[in-house]
Amino acid sequence: MSNFETKGQHFVALCMFGMLLFNYPILALFNVPSTLFGVPVLYAYVFIAWGALIASMAYLAESGG
Amino acid sequence: MLHSTTIILISFAYLGLLFAIAYYADQRADAGRPVIASPYIYSLSLAVYATAWTFYGSVGRAASDGVGFLPIYIGPTLMIALWWVVLRKILRISKRNRITSLADFVASRYGKSALLGGLVTVIAVVGILPYISLQLKAVSSSFTILVQYPEIIMPAEVSAAPIREDTALWVALILAAFTIAFGTRHLDAAEHHQGMVAAIAFESVVKLLAFLAVGVFVTFSVYNGFGDVFARAAAEPALRVMLTPLEGVAGGYSNWVWLTILSMMAIMFLPRQFQVAVIENVDEKHLNKAIWLFPLYMLAINVFVLPIAFGGLLRFPDGSVDADTFVLTLPMAEKQEVLALLVFIGGLSAATGMVIVETIALSTMVCNDLVMPVLLRLRRLRLNERPDLTGLLLGIRRGAIVLILLLGYLYFKLAGEAYALVSIGLISFAAVAQFGPAILGGIFWKGGTRAGALSGLLAGFAVWLYTLFIPALARSEWLPIGLLEHGPFGIELLRPLQLFGLTGLDQITHAMIWSMIANVGTYVAVSLAASPSADEHRQASLFVDVFRLSGETGGARFWRGTATVPELYNLLARFLGAAAADSAFAEYAGAKGLPWPDQRLSADADLVHYVEVQLAGAIGAASARVMVGSVVKEEALTIDEVREILDEASQVVVYSHRLEQKSHELEAATAELREANERLKELDRLKDEFVSTVTHELRTPLTSIRAFTEILLDDPDVELEQRRNFLGIITKETERLTRLINQVLDLAKIESGKAEWVESAVDMKEVVSDTLAAMGQLFKERNIAIEARLPENVSPVTADLDRMIQVMLNLLSNAAKFCDPVNGRVEIALSERDGCVRVEVRDNGRGISPKDQGEIFSKFHQVGGVLTDKPRGSGLGLHISRQIVEHFGGRMWVESDIGRGACFSFVLPTAAAAAERAA
Repeated sequence: MSNFETKGQHFVALCMFGMLLFNYPILALFNVPSTLFGVPVLYAYVFIAWGALIASMAYLAESGG
Repeated sequence: MLHSTTIILISFAYLGLLFAIAYYADQRADAGRPVIASPYIYSLSLAVYATAWTFYGSVGRAASDGVGFLPIYIGPTLMIALWWVVLRKILRISKRNRITSLADFVASRYGKSALLGGLVTVIAVVGILPYISLQLKAVSSSFTILVQYPEIIMPAEVSAAPIREDTALWVALILAAFTIAFGTRHLDAAEHHQGMVAAIAFESVVKLLAFLAVGVFVTFSVYNGFGDVFARAAAEPALRVMLTPLEGVAGGYSNWVWLTILSMMAIMFLPRQFQVAVIENVDEKHLNKAIWLFPLYMLAINVFVLPIAFGGLLRFPDGSVDADTFVLTLPMAEKQEVLALLVFIGGLSAATGMVIVETIALSTMVCNDLVMPVLLRLRRLRLNERPDLTGLLLGIRRGAIVLILLLGYLYFKLAGEAYALVSIGLISFAAVAQFGPAILGGIFWKGGTRAGALSGLLAGFAVWLYTLFIPALARSEWLPIGLLEHGPFGIELLRPLQLFGLTGLDQITHAMIWSMIANVGTYVAVSLAASPSADEHRQASLFVDVFRLSGETGGARFWRGTATVPELYNLLARFLGAAAADSAFAEYAGAKGLPWPDQRLSADADLVHYVEVQLAGAIGAASARVMVGSVVKEEALTIDEVREILDEASQVVVYSHRLEQKSHELEAATAELREANERLKELDRLKDEFVSTVTHELRTPLTSIRAFTEILLDDPDVELEQRRNFLGIITKETERLTRLINQVLDLAKIESGKAEWVESAVDMKEVVSDTLAAMGQLFKERNIAIEARLPENVSPVTADLDRMIQVMLNLLSNAAKFCDPVNGRVEIALSERDGCVRVEVRDNGRGISPKDQGEIFSKFHQVGGVLTDKPRGSGLGLHISRQIVEHFGGRMWVESDIGRGACFSFVLPTAAAAAERAA
């Protein structure tokens, strides 16, 4: 049971971290008129951060119990 | 060429395929080999979230404000991170309580309230109407556009068609028929629609593939990859600003954040999401995969949104083509006939998936939480006497499906044309977000009450109606537009889009802020103000503590009443059919170790609860309660009784605590009694002793007197000298006798409180000098030296002058008696200190042992003992003296060492000090 609870806390922390990533002021840092491999930085950032968040969730969900 | 017949034929073929999949899945489920028992199917079915709005509308929104569409998918991703905590709990609660819908969940949480269930149903139906109309709009307009191929003409320019050719109406009717065939073929106790889930999962694959196909085509075939699309967009001054879209937009970040929160609520509380995520879930473990697969699906379907949006803007720079249709019109413009058809099928998938699940979920709610509770309460219908109600239940659901789709069509006609797809969908999101406080509060906070949930929902819904729904109608010219511009009755402060003067936000953010303030505020305030009823109390514990409660029958012990087994069986058979009822009862009896049917099975609280839960699976918790109530003579538990059950343990503790207290009190009383008894015994002993001592003391002088008088009487020849001597002794003994009797009387007076005290200001120096003068002769006779140390003057004390002289005489005569017989010496000292006058009388006799020092002030105590020494006093003097001193608030004691004499002292408070203390 404690395993379930720890996992729950990890997920809550992940959610909070995600909220930080997709919010002011972090978002504003990438709201600049330049590109990364031809893609505007803001778009690239949002998709990369989103993907990383999903990867973390996958790791957490599939690990242990 | 794409002929309309071709398109229609292909569409129907696709719907037929869906039906086949559903039929196959249902067959497999009946055979006990379900296809949907897979986390991948579960994850794909969750993707019913992506509707025609996602399919067409995301591009439309991206074309107007860049990344602005992403919170609608990032919000759910963040919420899904919390699923491990939140959804797992909701799943567990729903499984245990046989929840059949969102409305059932809310009603059940707040004391199985039919009223609350009905309200949630109404909000859900009204709130979802715009969303359903959106699907109809998307399908009909995509059809209308596709039919024009290869021309690209917007549907607005081909509208005004006669009703026979009104595509949206036909779409609505076909979807209604299809949904009825899908979802209401038979009644399932657990509201599982396995065939539907399988079909939805298939549709999710189709729409994703279709969208990815367009995305890849536009990005890599029309252009040369992502970089090329963005580079060309950057070259256009009009589009360049969209590459940093969060800048300069009023309330840009604020809108983004609120949209995220809104979507977080939507992924949980859209009726169709609740249906697939909670009701259709067959295994809690599927969550492990769904937690990351579903967000991944959302990421995948959004990757190509921006390239398609910019591609469309670059391809149709004049704005003649609606951005909502870029997904379809770009392949058409590139003459990709098959791709365009695939897109149309993908859009159809997205729309039908949403409509099927949403209307099934809503029809279940309408049937179980709105219509049935009302019908069951109407006694005229005698519903609870009908043998089989399954037909009625299915009929209500089918009617509800048709009604909901027609209402959706009506909304499309009234308001649909005025808004882009995304805006229509967000209006629905804002409506279902109103469920958030009641549900999330309900599973984590026991204090939430039915009244709180009701008023919170009403307040939030009212604000939603005012700030979103009414403006939508007003914009479509069904209500005067002046309402938006000048407010109702010209009150500017109440303008629906700038409520209380809040400006600078988009419409959705504005509505969310006000409705959430109203909703959460009312929910919390009303919940705190009123105390919950018995039912609410029980349900709150069942929901909030779901992980702590064990066993399926957690609610049974809260029930009390009488029923019979056949009645309960018949009730279940009427709603579920005889076969299902039989197997349910057999399962229950089996758990009790009995065969079925069996006479020994008793209709106790457990069985009644079991039947209610089974029934709840078919007709919802609120209706099940009404039905069970109709066959069971329930003795309603009062709030006090529930409290009693809940607080049983604590009451026992309180009771035993009280008992303990009582026994403590008893013990104390006993101890007091024992003490009093001891004292009485002591007093009795003292009295006996007193009497015997007094008698003894009286007898000694009497014996002596008698002996001498007998001598004088018997022998007349006694010499004169001798005779005088004898008479002297007799006189002395008589005096002693008199003194003794006086002292005994005196003591009796003092002790009984009858003594007369004459209080006045007494100068102790005077008392000491007078006594010394009176005793001077005696001391001189015995050759005793006297040393008196008297100060100039001392403060007067309040006392009785005669009594004080009596005390001094007693002390001085004692000193004279007990001082050294040869070199007798007595010292007297008078002093004043700390508001007290102190008198010391010191002799140089043989002293008093410490043991005797404690007793010397007792009655008749004489140091030395009767046998060894001749007593030299009555033994009452010191006792009386101490009584006198203590009467005037003073204290008397003795200090002595064997062989060094004794010092008797007493202190008396000065008159001033005594007065001060009294004040």
